[in-house]
Amino acid sequence: MTRTDVQLMLDVKAGDEESFALLLQKYRSPLVNFLFRMVRDRATAEDLAQEVFLRVYRARKQYSPSAKFTTWLFRIATNLALNSVRDNRHQKMEVSLDVPADEDQAPTELPAREMRIDEYMVERDRSEYIRRTIAALPEKQRVAVLLHKYEEMDYGEIAKILDCSESALKSLLFRAYENLRVQLAPLVGQPATHQAGEGRAS
Amino acid sequence: MKCEDVSKQLIPYLDRRMNSAERSQVENHMGACAACRKRAEEFRALWTVLDEVPAIEPSFGFDARLRARVAAEPRPRWFSWLMPQPRLALAMAMLLAFSVWMAKIPAVDSTAVARAQDFEAIKDLGVLENYDVLTKFDALSELPTATPDTDAPQQDQSNPDDGGGS
Repeated sequence: MTRTDVQLMLDVKAGDEESFALLLQKYRSPLVNFLFRMVRDRATAEDLAQEVFLRVYRARKQYSPSAKFTTWLFRIATNLALNSVRDNRHQKMEVSLDVPADEDQAPTELPAREMRIDEYMVERDRSEYIRRTIAALPEKQRVAVLLHKYEEMDYGEIAKILDCSESALKSLLFRAYENLRVQLAPLVGQPATHQAGEGRAS
Repeated sequence: MKCEDVSKQLIPYLDRRMNSAERSQVENHMGACAACRKRAEEFRALWTVLDEVPAIEPSFGFDARLRARVAAEPRPRWFSWLMPQPRLALAMAMLLAFSVWMAKIPAVDSTAVARAQDFEAIKDLGVLENYDVLTKFDALSELPTATPDTDAPQQDQSNPDDGGGS
């Protein structure tokens, strides 16, 4: 019988290290991918993923199944990723999603608007351009898209991670996809020859 | 339903996460609004484009590195079950230290002091009021007379009825 994530975590709390290994095996890849799409650096993404798992392990004795395990896991990951991105921009201020912030604030990383799309395609491939465009979204929009499109989480869970209402999340997702639609317009009308076929079915 | 209402419902509509009544409302609007219909098609196309981003695999040593870090974590001690929270442990230690400190301070209670003084004053009253004790208490005979007049004849201490009076 397959144990749920909550049951596995309760077993970890009781001292079962094997259950921690099972959680690691299950969420290692989704977490590294989420963090890679957030910070766009593989080594940093892996370091952050390690830190997330380590924090989960350290908090095992205080674990209480008040929310879904993935909500807790990705909330830790989101906060670490946002701190990392901001630290890289030499902003040493500790940040958290708990601190209200304007989600429409200036994007963390501006896309290379001065670069024409065909020039960019010569320099990098399509997927790198897509990654870069996602990374250029305002922070909350980026997290919402990554959790919705690639982690296929439901609205309630994403809303909890982002600490907002489901209604606000739907509006946030609409604005995020609208931004992406504008930025990726040249690609939307130009189908790729090979598609990876990943994430939420469209 | 207006275009701005549809914009809020467009993602659940494309996700097929709305009930049939809500879905009918959105579809009715789209039947009459080419702009919203076009946007919905573009969003579907966008999601296909986003699917092009390939997933990466964690590096080979990821698990081993994490296991090493977990193994380096401090192990819980035998008394840790008593102190599930470091903050609780600190609070208890501070409470204990405060209690010891308070115990060393002499209690200054004016009511208790007054009560003790009153007790001192009356504790021998029963003895003093006992006629037999006073008449047979030899030590009283050794007391000096009430008046320091040495020429006056010494009063008979054995007669308590005199009371030192005339």
